[in-house]
Amino acid sequence: MDMLPTPDTSHVSFDRIYEPYEDSYLFLDTLSSATEISFLHQRFSAAHEQHGSPMIVETGVGSGVVLAFAAANAHIILGRPDVVTLGTDINSFACHAASKTVETAISEMRSLKTTSLDILNTDLTASIRPGLVDVLIFNPPYVPTEDLPDAVKHAEYNLRSTMSPATSFARDSHLLALSYAGGVNGMEVTNKLLAEIPVILHPKRGVAYVLLCAQNKPEAVKQSIRQWGSEWRVLTAGFSGKKGGWEKLQILRIWREP
Amino acid sequence: MKILTLNFLMCARKACKSSSDAFPLHPRDVELEIVETDINPLFIRNILPRVEWAALRAMCNELGLPQLSETQPSCTDLFSTENLDPDATDSEPTQTLRDLHNLLVQTCIMEGKLVCGNCGHEYAIKEGIANFLLPSHMV
Repeated sequence: MDMLPTPDTSHVSFDRIYEPYEDSYLFLDTLSSATEISFLHQRFSAAHEQHGSPMIVETGVGSGVVLAFAAANAHIILGRPDVVTLGTDINSFACHAASKTVETAISEMRSLKTTSLDILNTDLTASIRPGLVDVLIFNPPYVPTEDLPDAVKHAEYNLRSTMSPATSFARDSHLLALSYAGGVNGMEVTNKLLAEIPVILHPKRGVAYVLLCAQNKPEAVKQSIRQWGSEWRVLTAGFSGKKGGWEKLQILRIWREP
Repeated sequence: MKILTLNFLMCARKACKSSSDAFPLHPRDVELEIVETDINPLFIRNILPRVEWAALRAMCNELGLPQLSETQPSCTDLFSTENLDPDATDSEPTQTLRDLHNLLVQTCIMEGKLVCGNCGHEYAIKEGIANFLLPSHMV
């Protein structure tokens, strides 16, 4: 398939919001790959209309580039023109920026448009009712770090107010760290999200795409997902930077089979 | 924040997850705005099976918006009778469908609060973005 355009993020301040990078682009490539399109069409195309409009949710949207891409190309990726999207981010600046990214991308659609709901300022899937999400996307903070950013400081740094240069610098460092710092094995936030998947996904149709890096020990992660129960499936849907038999980054597809 | 979004949300606290009072959240002191959006009749028709109608009706009452019918509109209420083929996207949308588009997609809460009916916690909406982050002792 021809390359689909990358959504515009020129309005985003990358001092405090994650700038689209290799991992983001791997999501664009994976979601629009022939394999994933075929898998998603089987699950969601117009033949399944009686189930209602499919809902795509991205947790930790950052600039919004991945959700905007999924929204603007939903008619290709899911094979239908009545898709709805919802995003979340713990960083309120990212929520505002991503809203614009998604809305701009949708405004350029030529046919019936995807409906973008909101970008919620929340932690992962908190506040979304269980069992509703059809396609969940997560590009986590995956870099192994000694600590996670200080949760106690977050409420202050999350305020959209003007600050002294020193405080503003500390705020920006805090907000950026939230987008990459993953704690032990880079897995602390991802493990939290993985634990939410069985609850938040639609019990029949739900599918999740989660990115891992090599230091996250992807094989061990896959093994643990298989232990959720016999109905669970997981595979590597996309990867980049293959070196000596190891993928630097990979995106897992996680779903239930009846 | 769109009215439709609220139909998919509940209180963020773990302790409220099993409470039937944690959904829907109750809007308080809100400023509403109509944000013009292209109508997608197919979307309005196909999102309805996923909408909790009773919660939507209650929300409209609380916001002082025009009252919704007791039962959820059916497909035949949404498109003009001249063309009942559900796949014909050129089938003419009825006023009911246009009203639903206006309510679900175009009516936005720009400022205000959302209150949980179970624990009473208030979530703020500022500049159209709702904040569901909890202090760590409340998670």
